[in-house]
Amino acid sequence: MSAPSPLRGWLRPHRLVMLALALGIVLWAVLAGDWAWLPKYTPLLLKGLGTTLAILAESVILGAAVALPIGLVQVTGPRWLSAPAQLFCTVIRGTPLLLQLWLLYYGIGSLFPMIPGIRGSFLWPYLREAWPYGLAALTISFAAYEGEVMRGAFAGVPRGELQAGRAFGMSPLKLFWRIWLPRALYRALPTLNGEMVLQLKSTPLVATITVVDLYGVISRVRSATLLTYEPLLLLALIYLILTALMVAIFRFFENRLPTRGA
Amino acid sequence: MDQTFWQLLALAPPGWGGVLLTGLAHSLEIAVGGYLLGLILGVGGAVGKLYGNEIVRDLMETYTIVVRAVPELVLILLLYYAGTDALNRLMAALGRSPVDISGLAAGIFVIGVVQGAYATEVIRGAIKAIPAGEIEAGRAYGMPGGLLLRRVTLPAMLPHALPGLANLWLIATKDTALLAVVGFSELTLVTRQAAGATKHYMLFFLAAGALYLALTLVSNIAIARIEKWARRGMPQVHA
Repeated sequence: MSAPSPLRGWLRPHRLVMLALALGIVLWAVLAGDWAWLPKYTPLLLKGLGTTLAILAESVILGAAVALPIGLVQVTGPRWLSAPAQLFCTVIRGTPLLLQLWLLYYGIGSLFPMIPGIRGSFLWPYLREAWPYGLAALTISFAAYEGEVMRGAFAGVPRGELQAGRAFGMSPLKLFWRIWLPRALYRALPTLNGEMVLQLKSTPLVATITVVDLYGVISRVRSATLLTYEPLLLLALIYLILTALMVAIFRFFENRLPTRGA
Repeated sequence: MDQTFWQLLALAPPGWGGVLLTGLAHSLEIAVGGYLLGLILGVGGAVGKLYGNEIVRDLMETYTIVVRAVPELVLILLLYYAGTDALNRLMAALGRSPVDISGLAAGIFVIGVVQGAYATEVIRGAIKAIPAGEIEAGRAYGMPGGLLLRRVTLPAMLPHALPGLANLWLIATKDTALLAVVGFSELTLVTRQAAGATKHYMLFFLAAGALYLALTLVSNIAIARIEKWARRGMPQVHA
């Protein structure tokens, strides 16, 4: 911003050399590697990308919706609500996501068929598939991490602002909608970007329970073509681009929001 | 029913308790090794980012950006295969016979490289939080770089870095679970094997979850103690 030309400042001689080196490595990977599989798998890759993004978006939205009450009751709720919420956050954040995922899919998934009559219910088509378990595990995980963030955000809203609302005679509900929630969301927003990048990086785990996301497609390519590096390098590149896009989008919105410190 | 649960979790061979505990031990070995390697890489990366020349800084920046943007699972696969492959090619180039890299060494390497990128950022931030005068005083006394790092910079940055480093330790213990995907028999993978063999999925996954949770809770107690020790003599802060 302050530099006259950001590009000129960025493109210093050594960076040009490094760029050339990086391009050389990419070129070498493209020329020396075996990419004959790529055209054949492109439609599948795009579908996998769609699945990854869908699971990411769904789990973030659902998880954030669950995180709000979890954060709130820990700040203001009665003991019988705050204690379970705290326990939930501790347990989920204290165990690996892969284990939770497998517990849901293999564990709970193996219990469902024992319930009499469930095979005839409308739920059965979903319970038989893998992605609901993946979505559930990712949602729970996001809710626990984001719930902790929301707890801090709710607790961090200055008392004076809430007291001012009360002094104006706002009902507790109105106070919540007009002041407490917007101010807390405002404080939680900067961390959301990081949390979403972490969530994106968790999505490939669902491939271990047979959901065919981006990573799942690449695993399929690897077993079909017996290539080790090419598919994995492409996968890493796609995730790099996705992360960069996400960061750029968030930066755009953050710059539009008038924030003063945190 | 209860009887069979305890029999399944028994330490002696018909039960799987011993297998789970061995898996936990493997997980711990990798977590400790990877964490220490990550700390070393982190100190190196932070020093490189703060005091290195332009090329070193840009290389460190690339390292941290790439590692933090690519999923751990993908990195683990890439480093696991590429790491062993590169080492064997190096051995072949040197005219030695290919070595068989143990899963343990590969796991420590992989977790260490991932942890190193995050540790770099934590330690860099912590070093920047040290009042500049402290480091300048050391320089004024003519301390060489290494001594300055050991006597002033590292001890002074420790209280600032501890919350972040503690977080990284907890992440390291949980990231070891990802090595299950490359077939290393740490806690999560042996749990799945035990569950698959006995068909008691819930029991074993819950048992493993309890082990991980216990590890986290014990770590939290230890972390609180270490933080108290590192912050001794500093003014109390209220979060």
